[in-house]
Amino acid sequence: MRKVYSKIESIAGNVITVSAEGIKYDELAEVTSAHGKSLAQVIKLSDDKVSLQVFSGGRGVSTNDEVRFLGHSMQISVSDNLLGRIFNGSGEPRDNGPSLYENMTEIGGPSVNPAKRIIPRNMVRTGIPMIDVFNSLVESQKLPIFSSSGEPYNELLARIAMQAEVDMIILGGMGLKYDDYLFFKDALEEGGALSRTVFFVHTASDPIVECLLVPDVSLAVAEQFALKGKKILVLLTDMTNFADALKEIAITMEQVPSNRGYPGDLYSQLAARYEKAVDFEGAGSITLLAVTTMPGDDVTHPVPDNTGYITEGQFYLKGGRIEPFGSLSRLKQMVNKDTREDHRSLMDGMIKLYAAYKETVEKKSMGFRMSDWDTKLLKYGAIFERELMDLTVNISLEKALDKGWEILAECFKSEETGMRSELLNKFWPNK
Amino acid sequence: MADIKSMGKVVGVNGNMVTVEFEGEVLQNEVGYVQVVAAEGKSSLKAEVIRIKGNRADLQVFEMTRGISIGDKVEFTENLLAVTLGPGLLGQIYDGLQNPLPQLAEKEGFFLKKGVYLNPLPDDKKWEFTPSVKIGDTVVRGDSIGVVPEGIFQHQIMIPFGMYDTYKVKSIVGQGSYTINEKVAEVEDSKGKVIPLTMKFQWPVKRAVDAYAERLKPVEPMITKLRLIDTFFPVAKGGTYCVPGPFGAGKTVLQQITSRNAEVDLVIIAACGERAGEVVETLKEFPELIDPRTGRTLMERTIIICNTSSMPVAAREASVYTAVTLAEYYRQMGLDILLLADSTSRWAQAMREMSGRLEEIPGEEAFPAYLESVIASFYERAGIVKLKNGKTGSVTIGGTVSPAGGNFEEPVTQATLKVVGSFHGLSRERSDARKYPAIDPLSSWSKYKTSLDSKAVEYARKLLFRGSDVAQMMKVVGEEGTNIEDYILYLKGDFLDSVYMQQNSFDPVDNSVILERQKHIFKIILEILGTIFNLPTKEEARQYFNQLRQLFLDFNGTSWQSEGFKAKEKELLQLISSKQKSVEETVSAMLENTK
Repeated sequence: MRKVYSKIESIAGNVITVSAEGIKYDELAEVTSAHGKSLAQVIKLSDDKVSLQVFSGGRGVSTNDEVRFLGHSMQISVSDNLLGRIFNGSGEPRDNGPSLYENMTEIGGPSVNPAKRIIPRNMVRTGIPMIDVFNSLVESQKLPIFSSSGEPYNELLARIAMQAEVDMIILGGMGLKYDDYLFFKDALEEGGALSRTVFFVHTASDPIVECLLVPDVSLAVAEQFALKGKKILVLLTDMTNFADALKEIAITMEQVPSNRGYPGDLYSQLAARYEKAVDFEGAGSITLLAVTTMPGDDVTHPVPDNTGYITEGQFYLKGGRIEPFGSLSRLKQMVNKDTREDHRSLMDGMIKLYAAYKETVEKKSMGFRMSDWDTKLLKYGAIFERELMDLTVNISLEKALDKGWEILAECFKSEETGMRSELLNKFWPNK
Repeated sequence: MADIKSMGKVVGVNGNMVTVEFEGEVLQNEVGYVQVVAAEGKSSLKAEVIRIKGNRADLQVFEMTRGISIGDKVEFTENLLAVTLGPGLLGQIYDGLQNPLPQLAEKEGFFLKKGVYLNPLPDDKKWEFTPSVKIGDTVVRGDSIGVVPEGIFQHQIMIPFGMYDTYKVKSIVGQGSYTINEKVAEVEDSKGKVIPLTMKFQWPVKRAVDAYAERLKPVEPMITKLRLIDTFFPVAKGGTYCVPGPFGAGKTVLQQITSRNAEVDLVIIAACGERAGEVVETLKEFPELIDPRTGRTLMERTIIICNTSSMPVAAREASVYTAVTLAEYYRQMGLDILLLADSTSRWAQAMREMSGRLEEIPGEEAFPAYLESVIASFYERAGIVKLKNGKTGSVTIGGTVSPAGGNFEEPVTQATLKVVGSFHGLSRERSDARKYPAIDPLSSWSKYKTSLDSKAVEYARKLLFRGSDVAQMMKVVGEEGTNIEDYILYLKGDFLDSVYMQQNSFDPVDNSVILERQKHIFKIILEILGTIFNLPTKEEARQYFNQLRQLFLDFNGTSWQSEGFKAKEKELLQLISSKQKSVEETVSAMLENTK
């Protein structure tokens, strides 16, 4: 039987200190207070003083509350019973279902040996043309969705969750508004994807420490399933809240802040999570999409900036659309050569014309006269935005490519598109 | 001096730092092992002493500290953090502490289990040893006592760099096959003590190897086959350069290409705190790619030190030192080594994290106050040296910097700029415009001498500046408000940029250009830049330069001295003379010189 300590010596923010012996770093404890039980994690050992971070917060903890050490680090049950369930950051159910205890697995495990990684090669189809055609998502890729507040990023995630061709989806919500939480739940239920989804949700009103656990719990579960050969898509929203939670805790711990109050290890902390995206040779894979809202729409803010250095490209969500210019999937060239022969050329050609359209729009707004070519471009831009860029469009890659040719044919003569003639001969729609 | 190694016990854990109460003596930067008893078994975690106060020492642990508890034993080793040097290093993939990753994967599977340390060099491999000294010879540290063939090189077996006495060879084995653990020689020091030698020895990573005769001034260029670097911002063998740039500007791509094309004997890649995926590309591709210089795979001239962003931070700090020590070791054999560190910002951040744990007074952006001196002493380990046998060897260091927000006014970039010899600043605008390499020709600089005519290069660069000034002005006054001379100047600058400074990385010919060809085509460029053209209108000028550019780009795609090359060159020269009024005097003098 493990010893129970009942003298808490100090309480500062979410951190309590007790005198105890034989405690391991990172170990969990259960703190029983008048408001119920909460888990706590050892974050510092100094002689016989043990500092613990209480997951449900320090509020309401009394100096003679009981602390019982559990002898292990944070664990999460991993089994098929997780599917369709909703948990909080500590792994406790928030859907009135039973707690799960089978096959407990430690979270935040060691990183993958780089020598065991393989070069990514499979595309993850999402049914969203702006992703499939223009910035293909690749299995094992880690991509953030850079977005200003107010953009429909959660709608986008929900759509990807419903449509992506993967075996399992893990959705980690950090600092979610309660409405958004309900939105996800309803959307996936309606879309019939709930049965292959696991939720780990921290809402804005939940204790801040649990926010930090969400990515680790989500990724630990993903890792276990991936090792069993499953293709997993992990969706995290919103990593800026995660970084802010890191900041809040670092400051209460009196750590020296580095940039705009964020702790100096922000990069390592983010990287430790993002780098869990992996394709296991001979087993499954983890693909990671994470929303990063940009405070003040500023991409040089520490959170998007550090994220950009870690991830393999980014999707920019702007004006309700995935912006074709700022967005980049660094791995797309690994997969878009094997889809259809016209994929790359059509992608380049359409984007070049769209760039020309943007210039024309600028010219028009300055009051210049529109030439015939300008008029064509304006027509093209409008159709392109409506038929392909709109986030509600849901068609397969092949259909999207056909659509692309149709749009071109509707607006231009074949020689105006700047495409190679062999492709034009084969794909240009004959009317 | 007691033979029993000092012991201690853990009295505090904070992140990756443990505080240890010890008995006996402890060295600063000594390595210790924390003995952890966990549910899954015992393990001992490598750690390094970073501060000593009374009978307590702070150690940074090179692993996750989960599971360490108060009272855990710590065993000190009396050794500083060191690497093993000897034959078998080439082609290896190590983590920051010289653990061979592929072997680790074989043993432990997908994950990097903590506390597992393997021998860095293959123990059972036999090397064909040929002695080069005989009994009675006098030797000092760094002297070769024999050679073994290692891939494309003759690997010198040297007297360990840490043996500072003068020694007499007492015995030496004959020619034959030996493993690195077998005794190959015995030497006697001045006090008569006999020391057995094998083919391997240890050297502490944080001390520069100095077993050479003298350091020379770096002058000979290190060719990267990128025109912009070799012609305008050259790097000398034994020199240093840095590549700062915002994310997505192509730092890593530039490093990867340099690691393939650079004309050096050996490339050491230190992937320090960056994406694992990028290392994987190098890992999987290099064994397949053939090095045109040797006809062997690129992997045979490469060592990869790989401590990616999710691997423990303290080992990240060690990884650049591990890399530079290996480079210095091969330099002692008279080889030219290029060390590519990607990214030094992550290394600096590792220092910052540790400094925070030590509760040191922070400097700018919470980086430690000693950041500058540490960066300076790292880059100072580059250099071209004359060895005691008269040969020369060099270590060139190229480090990328990842400045926060892409802003170069931050401590790591600034500290680096103070010490490097060449600055290749990448710009977001150039990379967004798909210009490769995205090195900004207006803000970059080099203190090394170009292999081309330096006056001519200076002339071209000045012209680029003037052209860019005109371009700026044109944004305000429009094309109509610019006179024809200025307009042609602008076109010339743009031409120089697009056909010479940029390269087509997908083109098998244009992606790497040998120096001879650079010299050859630069003369044509120079003539164009110095020509006073007979182009009366802007429309004509634009069309003419478009034609010129198209032709030159095609010319760039033809292989050196092929039929196509000669034909295109002729066509090009005809096109130039068709509109040539005269050539500026300064330029014609330069052209005369290079003939």
